[in-house]
Amino acid sequence: MKLSDEEQDILAGKFGSLPQQALQHQIKVGDFFGAADFVPVSQAHIMADTESLGEAGVIWLEGLASIAEGQLGVRVPTITDPRGTDFAYAAYLGQTAGMVDLERRAIAAFVKLGVTMTDTCINYQTIQAPIYNEHVAFGDTGVVIYSNSICGARSNFEGGPSALAAGITGRTPRYGFHLPQGRRATLKIRVESTPDTLNDWGALGGVIGRLAGNYWAVPVIEGVEGTPRSDQLKHFGAAMASFGSTALFHIVGLTPEARQITDVANADLPLHRVTKDDIDALQKSYHKDDRVDVVVFSAPQLSLYELRDLAALCDDRRFTVPLLAVTSPQVKPDSDRMGYTARIESAGGIVMSGMCFYQSYAREIAEAKGWKRLVTNSAKLVNILGGYGYRPMMASMQACVDAAVSGKLERI
Amino acid sequence: MTDRIFRARHAMGRTVRGTALVANDGFSARYDLDRIAGTFSRPAHKLAGQSYVGKILVLDTAKGGVASAWMLHEMQSRGIIPLALVFNSVNPILAQGAAFGDVPMLAGFDRDITAIVSSGAEIEVNPEMSTLTVIAG
Repeated sequence: MKLSDEEQDILAGKFGSLPQQALQHQIKVGDFFGAADFVPVSQAHIMADTESLGEAGVIWLEGLASIAEGQLGVRVPTITDPRGTDFAYAAYLGQTAGMVDLERRAIAAFVKLGVTMTDTCINYQTIQAPIYNEHVAFGDTGVVIYSNSICGARSNFEGGPSALAAGITGRTPRYGFHLPQGRRATLKIRVESTPDTLNDWGALGGVIGRLAGNYWAVPVIEGVEGTPRSDQLKHFGAAMASFGSTALFHIVGLTPEARQITDVANADLPLHRVTKDDIDALQKSYHKDDRVDVVVFSAPQLSLYELRDLAALCDDRRFTVPLLAVTSPQVKPDSDRMGYTARIESAGGIVMSGMCFYQSYAREIAEAKGWKRLVTNSAKLVNILGGYGYRPMMASMQACVDAAVSGKLERI
Repeated sequence: MTDRIFRARHAMGRTVRGTALVANDGFSARYDLDRIAGTFSRPAHKLAGQSYVGKILVLDTAKGGVASAWMLHEMQSRGIIPLALVFNSVNPILAQGAAFGDVPMLAGFDRDITAIVSSGAEIEVNPEMSTLTVIAG
């Protein structure tokens, strides 16, 4: 990689060992992908729940934090993805003292590094959405795909160590979606039925993600009617990123880089049609049981509008199985203030914040609580939880609430 | 013997030799693995139930989320980890995770590498030369 004078000084250790180590890591990744140089970034976002880090990752973070004392830590705003617990509900979830202690140690280390503990995967709805052409180093795949596609920002998937490195150096290797040629469409999707519910939008994203198939594929989508809401596109993008490892899509006439299809696509792209049957089939493929152990709304964290809708569905209901709704620390106080939390809790539900279900020791929760048959309206969550020993099933928010009341999921 | 040597466009790490575990399927440490047991745990995965410990995984593409970047390092700390990773197509997360977790990696071949290498074959991954060599099998 071509290094600027400042980067050569960083590499030589003139700014201390913290940015030196960070840049060394970034050069390894940049060389792997043939990056020509670095690009400055304005924000970084770190995925770092302790189930992923393990004690080894926390010890590594503590080592960096000890180096950082007395030095500049991160040099651009650097925020965090959901943590591995909501401390208020750790005992309820069956999380051990060891898990909670590891979380506290990780948080202490991040704070020493100057990281801002936002604990959210919906920062584009709550903290600060990036703007068109803004180069960023974002972590959570749902955050990246939304920021790239809807905002027109420039980011690759940055795993925790790389996002932290970007926060420390204020730059990232210039490859992939930082380059204009990486943002051109590689396949064309004709949507023949525009969804309405969040689960249908998520399922559509999942179908397209499977078609796209890998990180470097960029779908351009035609046929979407009307103007989808942010929450719909949130579920759509998060599921596409989850099923396909996809980091960017274009919707013709909607997203900023594709006012018309020729802006992003050549004429000879392969075309795939996606129908209502495809959207339904993906969801039905998970419906392998009728009994329900737990209902979860998470992945991504819920917006205030989703909590408002959920609260309305909870009025005059009484749950027979647990219902968990997970939101961000920024949204939770508003949910409390608007009375949404109380309405959900009065039906027997729980509103958690600052975590995400699958990032919170999901396997250990399943064992501690005896939860296996899980219903959610999140396509991303069903895609992930199979590997954690769950039998995840997918339904609309309304059907999920009904399942929490009856303990059964109705066939659609 | 050149038909047993395959060149990758992307390479990282040290040279290793070991037994291949192959599938035309994706890879995500979070989605697909029981990292305590060291096995593939997602029921729909083509390697479900099989141990990946000490194997050179030869798979189609990196999948899923960003957690793998941390998880390879955590798996390395316990020694419950593949010996190397080989993909037709890789995403930044696996590359970042391999850099952080010190796992040799090759990616990007002119042919479908999962159709060429058989499970159980003895292979060498040489990132310095950007080559995968089938030694036996």
